[in-house]
Amino acid sequence: MKEITVLSGKGGTGKTTVTASFAALISNRVLVDADVDAANLYMITPHTVNSEHPFEGGSLPKIDIQACTHCGDCITRCRFNALEKGPRLNRIACEGCGVCAHFCPEGAITMEPRVCGTWFNSSTENGPLVHARLGIAEENSGLLVSLLRREARKQVEATGADYILVDGPPGIGCPVIASTTGCDAVVVVTEPTVSGFHDLERVAELAAFLKVPVMLTINRWDIHPMMAERIRAFAKEKGMHHVGDIPVDEGVTAAMVKGQPLVTCSDGPAATAIRGVWQQVVNFLDDKHGPFKMAL
Amino acid sequence: MIITVASGKGGTGKTTVATNLAVAVGKGTTLLDCDVEEPNVHLFLEPKNLRKTPITTMIPVVDQDACIQCGACSELCHFSAITLVADELYLFPNMCHSCGGCVMVCPAGALTEGSRELGELEIGQWNDIELISGRLRVGEAMSPPLIERVKEAAEGRELVIVDAPPGTSCPVIAAMNGTHYVLLVTEPTPFGLNDLKLAVEAVRVLGMPFGIVINRADAGDDRVVRYAEEEGIEILMSIPYSRKVAEYYARGRLLVEAMPEMAEAFGGLVEKIRAAVERGTR
Repeated sequence: MKEITVLSGKGGTGKTTVTASFAALISNRVLVDADVDAANLYMITPHTVNSEHPFEGGSLPKIDIQACTHCGDCITRCRFNALEKGPRLNRIACEGCGVCAHFCPEGAITMEPRVCGTWFNSSTENGPLVHARLGIAEENSGLLVSLLRREARKQVEATGADYILVDGPPGIGCPVIASTTGCDAVVVVTEPTVSGFHDLERVAELAAFLKVPVMLTINRWDIHPMMAERIRAFAKEKGMHHVGDIPVDEGVTAAMVKGQPLVTCSDGPAATAIRGVWQQVVNFLDDKHGPFKMAL
Repeated sequence: MIITVASGKGGTGKTTVATNLAVAVGKGTTLLDCDVEEPNVHLFLEPKNLRKTPITTMIPVVDQDACIQCGACSELCHFSAITLVADELYLFPNMCHSCGGCVMVCPAGALTEGSRELGELEIGQWNDIELISGRLRVGEAMSPPLIERVKEAAEGRELVIVDAPPGTSCPVIAAMNGTHYVLLVTEPTPFGLNDLKLAVEAVRVLGMPFGIVINRADAGDDRVVRYAEEEGIEILMSIPYSRKVAEYYARGRLLVEAMPEMAEAFGGLVEKIRAAVERGTR
């Protein structure tokens, strides 16, 4: 079994389009949407929700106003300005550190589990889909991503799947680290723009830091062929494995409107390219000297 | 006045709107790049006189000799950042949220406040525009404290434009919090609309006035326009799709260079926002 995480650094380069198509091309896989605060994968992956679960991440203080003597100790100690005069809790600012509860001289504050979102076990034609919705303005996206990946591993045991495919979030912060740590390889989807290139450099640096080998594909490469060429040269220099590029294709938005993975409803240039990219990903993972040599 | 440019979905054109808006207003504008995981403003507005300052956050430092192995710190820590294993105290700095609880609770004075580097603050100038940007250290998980420091660096400025990160969770909230108006940039596709709705919910939680900019307006359908009408949200601007704009963007050039006719619209955008803030519309 191999676990592959799709990343990009920059948002909007086509991670989800590529992931949904990869998922449609594998006969037995577990699919994970790790972009928990703007999840889109379910929208182009026909699925049935089998079960729904609350996600408890961290904790929140509960203040017993009857027991409170208004000494202000909790307000002074809180480093996140999450407690205001009253004392009133600002849920958005609270990190759930528990300092207020621990030091309250009256024992008027207790820490309670914080429900930060909902996660789902769904099924699709060729394997399970594990996805989630983080509550608005909530914390702990990294914890939620780790939970989804653990659930995916359980599903692998149940289904004997060959792959876990993770649609990662943009950026390089907390949920990206949680999506990438310990996976077998990363596929970075970038675009031939100054920002696509810049953000690729940062996400590649993160993958190197986490010791995960990187494969690269350039989406809409023909927007700026010279930039695409510079990105390929950079990837080669950094030891990334180039798995082919994807051209501009109006069929991509059309498939999104239909709610289908691109490869199941199109034989256009982008769908054809993605099929080739997936084949190269498989070849790379199967090559014993590939990923492991790079990781070291 | 502080205007945040946000989006929910990534790649809809936040940086395009933020940079072109700043250039349209010009003198006296401060542009903040709060997408500290992937800052991009500098690629379009190359800063002069750049000054970099390391930004740190508090983590505890252990004096193993003074430690009495009571375990009070590891019991208090909700983030498993400090643990007592076989009479020795172990620190996991990346897990630490800087709450200071361990330092407060230690009865032996064995813990003091040290620091870990979050990233860098970069301050520079592009023509008459002040540029302030945060750059998260690669491998660092926590961006909100760095975002807050970027915003603190712009305190007291007259007009501040904030380029926010994508999403709807804590980094975005850190960028939007305490600002006067949120400009939500979207595109007329299913993903664009879905993530716009999430972003609208987030702005409503914070309770500040907001409006929409539709980018690549003619590339999809009218779903965003219909949603905005139903919800009574003002659409302040529509930017048409153009291959020329995409090619200029790819090279790090501004939208107003590819489409000079948009310059006036960006100038008018600030006035529309000022009016909305004064009306206090939600």
